[in-house]
Amino acid sequence: MTRAHLVEARDVAKSFGQTPALRGASVAIRAGEIFAVMGPSGSGKSTLLHCLAGIFAPDRGEVWFDGERLDTLGEAERTRLRRTAFGFVFQFGQLVPELTAADNVALPLLLNRVRRRVAYGTAETWLGRLGIGDKGANRTGELSGGEAQRVAVARALALAPKVIFADEPTGSLDSLTGEKVMDLLTALAREAGTTVVIVTHDARVAAYADRVVMVRDGLVSGDLGAVGEQVSAAKAGR
Amino acid sequence: MYINGVSVPLTLLGLLEREPSHGYDLKRDYDTYFGRGKQLPFGQVYSTLGRLARDGKVAGGRAEPGEGPDRKRYSITDAGRAEVDAWLADPVEPEPHLQTILFAKVTLALMLGKPAAAYLDRQRSAHIRRMHQLTELRRDGALVDVLLADHALFHLEADLRWIDLTSARLAELAAVVNPEGAPKQ
Repeated sequence: MTRAHLVEARDVAKSFGQTPALRGASVAIRAGEIFAVMGPSGSGKSTLLHCLAGIFAPDRGEVWFDGERLDTLGEAERTRLRRTAFGFVFQFGQLVPELTAADNVALPLLLNRVRRRVAYGTAETWLGRLGIGDKGANRTGELSGGEAQRVAVARALALAPKVIFADEPTGSLDSLTGEKVMDLLTALAREAGTTVVIVTHDARVAAYADRVVMVRDGLVSGDLGAVGEQVSAAKAGR
Repeated sequence: MYINGVSVPLTLLGLLEREPSHGYDLKRDYDTYFGRGKQLPFGQVYSTLGRLARDGKVAGGRAEPGEGPDRKRYSITDAGRAEVDAWLADPVEPEPHLQTILFAKVTLALMLGKPAAAYLDRQRSAHIRRMHQLTELRRDGALVDVLLADHALFHLEADLRWIDLTSARLAELAAVVNPEGAPKQ
């Protein structure tokens, strides 16, 4: 792994019982890159994201993060990384509906022993940047889908992670709301220099990425190219 | 030269790469697979073959005895074959309403035993790049530009769905266009 690559999977295989989900997938993601993994349902793309994030241990192959092997770390060490270096945005179920938006954003910071006042100050800042500064006192169970997903993005970014893993981040949203969430997620991540790994079946979501790969039948079957670089070249040529 | 957005000379060349044929057979196969309710006039078949022969992309054999306006059997030349290969491998400029061209390319690729799945992957890649460009333009654009970009994005997304579905159905389509089994080389 070169230092330019922050996250890397090498020949990763993972099965669930007799069913193989990944059969030797390899990807290398650069620091600061917005990287999308596309594929049909059941292709193994979510399993790949879970292996890259240290949630699943692969049966075979290596996972690297920031110069160290992730797959050989113990559960406690992987949990520490997930709490400090990684942020997560999933389609559903990541927020505690009984807690307020501010509580949800502050919670991971409090678990990392950040002082209460600082944690809630950070939560307020990020909710404001996501355009929902007035929703801090609302329970997330009472928010719209788009507002709740913005809380999830705020929570992921508030940790100042090195990587955000997003699994179908707009899957439960309508087109317009989904676009707003993607606009905010990618713009704020670029500003902070945060790497984003997005798993999606939706080409419009993948189109936000600098680079896109296809996963089929548990393998990374196609690198659809460094779209961002080509766009930059096209703009330069205008 | 184009019917339903599909290049007639390139499509006839593709059909000739399958096997040497008479003009009548080419017309019949063109109408079956690519005509979509609009038949290719005989006159256009022969004038196109004449131009392709002039340009060295097909060779016309000697006229065979029998009825009909033209009993010549045409075969594709190396130059013609190279042109078909280049056309199939080159992704179409991503823009709305290109399904007919993509359909013709996929069908011909399967008829000729060429890597249709790889061509579709290349097309998918071209589409994603174009969608990324439009997404970037939306970011800083005025509302009118955003709405125009949205229109293009939705059409490109529809193309991509068709590409994905066709990729999943290639084996089925191959059986339709090559009913006798392996494609003729």
